[in-house]
Amino acid sequence: MADFVVETRNLSKHYDGFAAVDKLNLRVREGEVFGILGPNGSGKTTTILMLLGLTEPTEGEVRVLGFDPVRQPLSVKARVGYMPDQVGFYDELTARENLIYIAKLNGIPRAEAYRRIDAALEQVGLTHVADHPVSTFSRGMKQRLGVADLLIKQPRLVILDEPTQGLDPAGALEFLNLIRDLKRQGISVILASHLLHQVQAICDRVGLFYRGRMVLEGTVQELAQQVLGGGYRVRVHAKGDTQAIMRNLRGLRDVIEVRQHEDDKYEVLAKRDLRPDVARAVVEANGNLLTLELEEPNLEEIYARYFEEVNHESAKVAA
Amino acid sequence: MSRPKSRRERGREGSPWQGMWAVVGKEMADNLTSARMQVLEILIALSAVAAVYGAIQTIMDTVSQDPFVYLKLFTTSQDPLPAFVGFLGFLVPLIAIALGFDSVNSEFNRRTMSRVLAQPIYRDALLFGKFLANLFTLALVLTAIWLLIIGLGIVRLGVPPGGEEMARALWFLVATIFYGGIWLALAMVFSIIFRQPATAAMAAIGVWLFFTVFWSMISEVLAQVISPIRYGFPQEQIAQLQTAIWLSRVAPNTLYSEIALAILHPTVRALGLVLPIQLSGAILGTPLPLNQSLLLVWPHLTGLIAATILLFAVGYVMFQREEIRA
Ligand SMILES: Nc1ncnc2c1ncn2[C@@H]1O[C@H](COP(=O)(O)OP(=O)(O)O)[C@@H](O)[C@H]1O
Ligand SMILES: [Mg+2]
Repeated sequence: MADFVVETRNLSKHYDGFAAVDKLNLRVREGEVFGILGPNGSGKTTTILMLLGLTEPTEGEVRVLGFDPVRQPLSVKARVGYMPDQVGFYDELTARENLIYIAKLNGIPRAEAYRRIDAALEQVGLTHVADHPVSTFSRGMKQRLGVADLLIKQPRLVILDEPTQGLDPAGALEFLNLIRDLKRQGISVILASHLLHQVQAICDRVGLFYRGRMVLEGTVQELAQQVLGGGYRVRVHAKGDTQAIMRNLRGLRDVIEVRQHEDDKYEVLAKRDLRPDVARAVVEANGNLLTLELEEPNLEEIYARYFEEVNHESAKVAA
Repeated sequence: MSRPKSRRERGREGSPWQGMWAVVGKEMADNLTSARMQVLEILIALSAVAAVYGAIQTIMDTVSQDPFVYLKLFTTSQDPLPAFVGFLGFLVPLIAIALGFDSVNSEFNRRTMSRVLAQPIYRDALLFGKFLANLFTLALVLTAIWLLIIGLGIVRLGVPPGGEEMARALWFLVATIFYGGIWLALAMVFSIIFRQPATAAMAAIGVWLFFTVFWSMISEVLAQVISPIRYGFPQEQIAQLQTAIWLSRVAPNTLYSEIALAILHPTVRALGLVLPIQLSGAILGTPLPLNQSLLLVWPHLTGLIAATILLFAVGYVMFQREEIRA
């Protein structure tokens, strides 16, 4: 148990018989960034609320940092930072005043609180507006203030619900860097989102939620393996005997599929990064290798393919 | 799992009050700096000054004989102004409602609720902290006004207040704060029920109007049903009147005005329907000692407090059950 910051066993939440979360078995390791993915209404927020003891599970067990959020909510909340989706602040108060309130609620002594607040504002780059009312902040600034808010209690785990929703691309990128900082500080992170490329960019492992269940779990590579049967795509541009090149490429180990696009452009779908093998294969076929590009497995694709299959299955069942 | 259903009831860790004083501090600061409260403070200060000046005009010539002249500052009216007690009867509910109607729902609307409740505190601390902060604010405003009135009295009447007078005036202040407490609890319950602050305010003001305007009529009608006069005996008439009086005491404003009557008029020996037999042996016009007057309104005071606690408990239960998604 010690190396899991979150562990649930058959965790369920029912609303009038409807299972918003259904027998969830989730394990998040110490120090990792775990992404909870899923379409809207798949139970991400409900799961998070149960982790924090903000809503009571209908069934099942939860442990967060070894504590039971139902019976020891204070111990959990003293150590876990939570940023709800569309986090709000007291608009008429300044950034600093908002954080002071949070520090007081955490019972942090004044001098220590002021130190932490300065450090947190510095880390999220809001020092210059620390004493401006939050009503003057942009969405991105509020989101960063939300991260500063998490840092005040020096958490071991932070849980972020849709943190980049509504941010412009630059703001989102900046925000992802803040999350990387958290990881570097040794804080475990759980991130719920439906924005796939962002999740892919920072998560060590992801869990794909669908209708209250976690249907897939693992690293992006593992998911790619499971759903796409591969996921590495090598693009090759090589001149030479097309047939020989094709033959050699097809003969490589861990190749799933080889396609020829234009005269001298090929696409190799593989289970792992095959660039060295591809290069050798081209050379051995007396071809001239011009470019070689790797495209890593893509959550977007995994996601699309997974739901394609699910829909296909359900269509079959319906028929 | 073989655990009983609601595990939350089985002993929570830590104190339900952890973090409460942080809430009180923040809410007090919010209240005292809000434009809404400042407007109300000016309103109540103006009405106090106006009413008390009017009263002073009227009582100037009796100052020397009257041992309770300071109490008259609160109770004497001069046309067209009502006495200050009258002002308080509706200003106190107004301030209490203004303090309470958006205290819970605004946290949801600003989406701060889940951020605050994600800190190591229980909901108890948040709700009770807000109630206390509002009550303290109300107490602060009323005490300031009270001091203002006594101060005006000292300056204008030119006699020092007596000990008994001051004790009565202080009890009146305490009773007024409790009277505010019940409206505060009501407004906060509505702020839990209704997500829209405007709806909560309308509901609270609706209840207040109901009790100030309609309840006395309704209690008379109800009394006719409950204690009908069948044969026209005097006992029947008395019974009906008694019923009407008891029913009218469901209204907090009736309770408050009876409390004010007994505390501020030492000569009042009984509340409600007074039968000649109850007064036998009493020398009319002699003042009651303070503890006798207090005994008279003790049921009223405890009733006000009990109703406040009940309302707060209702709000508490609803708030505990609410799912925090904002
Ligand atoms: N209070 C509630 N009563 C009934 N159903 C609810 C309630 N809250 C959420 N749900 C339902 O539970 C499901 C999961 O919701 P949620 O966890 O918010 O999804 P997500 O965060 O993944 O978008 C949704 O279908 C939602 O409609
Ligand atoms: Mg959600």
